Amino acid sequence: MTAHDINLSRRNLLKGAGALVIGMSLPQAGRAQSGAAQVFKPGGDAAFAPNAFIRIAADDTVTVLVKHIEFGQGPFTGLATLVAEELDADWGQMRAEHAVADAKLYANLLFGIQGTGGSTAIANSYEQMRKAGATARAMLVQAAAEAWKVPAAEISVEKGVLKHASGKQGRFGEFAEAASKLQAPVEVKLKDPAQFKLIGKDGATPRLDSRGKSTGKAQFTIDIHTPDMLTVVVARPPRFGGKVASFDASAAKKVKGVVDVKQIPSGVAVYATGTWPALKGREALKVTWDESGAEKRGSRELFAEYRKLARTEGTVAGKHGDAEAVLVKAEKVIESEYAFPYLAHAPMEPLDGYLEWNAQGALARLGSQLQTVDHMTIAKILDLGPEKVTVETMLGGGSFGRRAQPSSELAAELAEVAKAIGPNRPVKLVRTREDDLSGGYYRPLFLHRMRGAVKDGKITAWSASIVGQSFLKGSPFEALIKDGIDPVMVEGANELPYEIADFRCELHTVPVGVPTLWWRSVGHTHTGYAVECFIDQLLQAAGQDPVAGRLALMGKHQRLANVLKAAADLAKWNGPGPVNGRARGVGVVESFGSYVVQIAEVSIGEGGEPKVHKVWCAIDCGVAVNPDVIRAQIEGGIGFGLGHILYGELTLDQGKPVQSNFDSYRSLRINEMPEVEVRIVPSTEKPTGVGEPGVPPIGPAVANALARLGRERPLSLPMVGGTV
Amino acid sequence: MAHTITVNGSRHSVDVDDDTPLLWVLRDNLQLTGTKFGCGVAQCGACTVYMDGQPLRSCSLPVSAVGEAKITTIEALAGKEAEAVQAAWVKHDVPQCGYCQSGQVMSAIALLKEIRKPTDRDIDLAMNGNLCRCATYVRIRAAIHDAARTLEG
Repeated sequence: MTAHDINLSRRNLLKGAGALVIGMSLPQAGRAQSGAAQVFKPGGDAAFAPNAFIRIAADDTVTVLVKHIEFGQGPFTGLATLVAEELDADWGQMRAEHAVADAKLYANLLFGIQGTGGSTAIANSYEQMRKAGATARAMLVQAAAEAWKVPAAEISVEKGVLKHASGKQGRFGEFAEAASKLQAPVEVKLKDPAQFKLIGKDGATPRLDSRGKSTGKAQFTIDIHTPDMLTVVVARPPRFGGKVASFDASAAKKVKGVVDVKQIPSGVAVYATGTWPALKGREALKVTWDESGAEKRGSRELFAEYRKLARTEGTVAGKHGDAEAVLVKAEKVIESEYAFPYLAHAPMEPLDGYLEWNAQGALARLGSQLQTVDHMTIAKILDLGPEKVTVETMLGGGSFGRRAQPSSELAAELAEVAKAIGPNRPVKLVRTREDDLSGGYYRPLFLHRMRGAVKDGKITAWSASIVGQSFLKGSPFEALIKDGIDPVMVEGANELPYEIADFRCELHTVPVGVPTLWWRSVGHTHTGYAVECFIDQLLQAAGQDPVAGRLALMGKHQRLANVLKAAADLAKWNGPGPVNGRARGVGVVESFGSYVVQIAEVSIGEGGEPKVHKVWCAIDCGVAVNPDVIRAQIEGGIGFGLGHILYGELTLDQGKPVQSNFDSYRSLRINEMPEVEVRIVPSTEKPTGVGEPGVPPIGPAVANALARLGRERPLSLPMVGGTV
Repeated sequence: MAHTITVNGSRHSVDVDDDTPLLWVLRDNLQLTGTKFGCGVAQCGACTVYMDGQPLRSCSLPVSAVGEAKITTIEALAGKEAEAVQAAWVKHDVPQCGYCQSGQVMSAIALLKEIRKPTDRDIDLAMNGNLCRCATYVRIRAAIHDAARTLEG
């Protein structure tokens, strides 16, 4: 079957009977929107598709089309909850699947293109998906009213059942087709939160994807298999910026199962009938690399350079008062310099993608996190109009930011691999763990030089100099850089939640030839650590308690102060200790509009390694849509953050990545995971995100506990086994 | 060359090189994709299957070494331990991205077959070969204890 056939059959399948499309996200929301329907009919085979987000089938299932990628953070469940709430559906009838890439229908309202990131899925969807659900409900009610010849206002809906006082009742499926023939209401009224039955209710909305993921049935990109599909691996340069000078494929082509070998812009692609022959073929390949333009500095050289730069004047990223003047006169200046290594995202599923194409069209299937960028990239490389390219988002086996690629490097490589072998040859591009870890797009290496002063029990000055790389520079997101400041390099550090009279934060942006990328919680991965370690150090020098001392400085930040109080209450805070060899440390970080405080209980464990016993966490993320998903994201965020501050580092030695697999890129294991207790602070504010904000506070919380166990707050991460 | 192996109760003949890891035979040749690739060097446990009932990292066993052994993958799980573990996984909403969970489930079932009422230490020892980058460990532990209680009846 060719891509063309597949596209046609897919369109036929999508047409369905009586499907009606309303572009909820377009200005003309509420009216039938035929333009979008020509490209894609989200109705599928459903009897009733009131808008681009909902399909209701005759069998009574309600499928929510989710424009955000599901890679564990819970948008399938979250967006289905929002729809089900306003639809008054029964949770058991709810389903979720990915929407196809379509920038018109499915743009992230906060980005303007389709994409997931910045912990925005729920923030984007809170009203949009509720409106979609309310619209569908109104149309079903209207259909029932016409069938029963009663006023619509007299019909109630509960758990997926429409009812009238006369005793008449019916399920959604029965009215789906009739509803599909109705005009959608222009305006719908949303519920008062006091009426919520699902949103914020513990136990009401178990995850929709748990069973498939507990039985091996969930389908990821790597699981795609089509007849005559070729599996492709790519040999890439050992240093970033290297290029193919020449290659000899004669031995590779002799490997049984290897079908072809082609040069592509990112390296040399080996095509085979399966994964193992492809890997053996790549092993047998002889490539000579041109490294004249490659980055040859290692982590050691970069840190040395950064340390020098931190002692020179940078671009001011934040300032009030005159910190330098106070520091010059201070009796004693307290200094700390924190070094952060490159980090890999290392999602459990290494990146991969599937593509089939010919002159008529293309079908790409991959765990895309910036669908619009990937869509346009594939269309451009294959020289096809975007309308001829279908991009289907697959479940992602983790991401942590790795799949959100402004450069579209994965989609580009996928398209190049497909283009090089020619049309009507479906390809599945796979990467190994070694490819993943040595492939770049790391959390950038950073250095923070902090200086502060304390007088009479008070912090009098704070000065920070941050040195690192900008990944926004040169990307489609470059416009975010203002006055020479890349905001994601300084977020969390150029404004503090603490009132300090004289404050300064400077930035040095260094060009380095190592591709870097956002990494779960982005700038806060390093600023959270530097700021929270340093405030703790200054408070300790001032003789203040870590909790009371912070609260005293949080005048204008009441939400954050409330969360700190909640965490202290949860942990029954009674000072940092130590008690019986265990000390407690605090980490406070607001990120992506969510307020998170973690208190870690730590001792010195086997081999002198920090042992984290328990973490108490309080969070205010506005309205808590799915409390258990929030708890899960906090638990996971703590484990992810902890694993990296303890063990994570991707070192470059003369430009070459040193760690190549999980034997050297040590990752947190179950015996290293602390107990976690979470308190969600009730809030009526608009919901914010939870995918990232659980990560930043754990590092400083552990460091600050170590400081009470007679250790220095670790100045160089990771805490265990750092090689630089 | 041709290798005949027994997977999930059926005999399968596959024509692959001797050194082909069992993982890729299962995934590419037999399309049993519930077993996942995560590292290829027996460090992450995503590829865990049973060989004659014992958990094994299928990424590191060449197909030529399988011989007459009976291989079981997540697709063919059966029995009360499997039911209890998978039900507990769903009840606790253990999975996040879900990619490692086939391996986690396989290891958890093997543990409960071995030790009816595992302690936290038993869980650490049995499960620390299974990485989860989403760090769902708190729930994995809770679900195993819960499944043990179910099996106790």
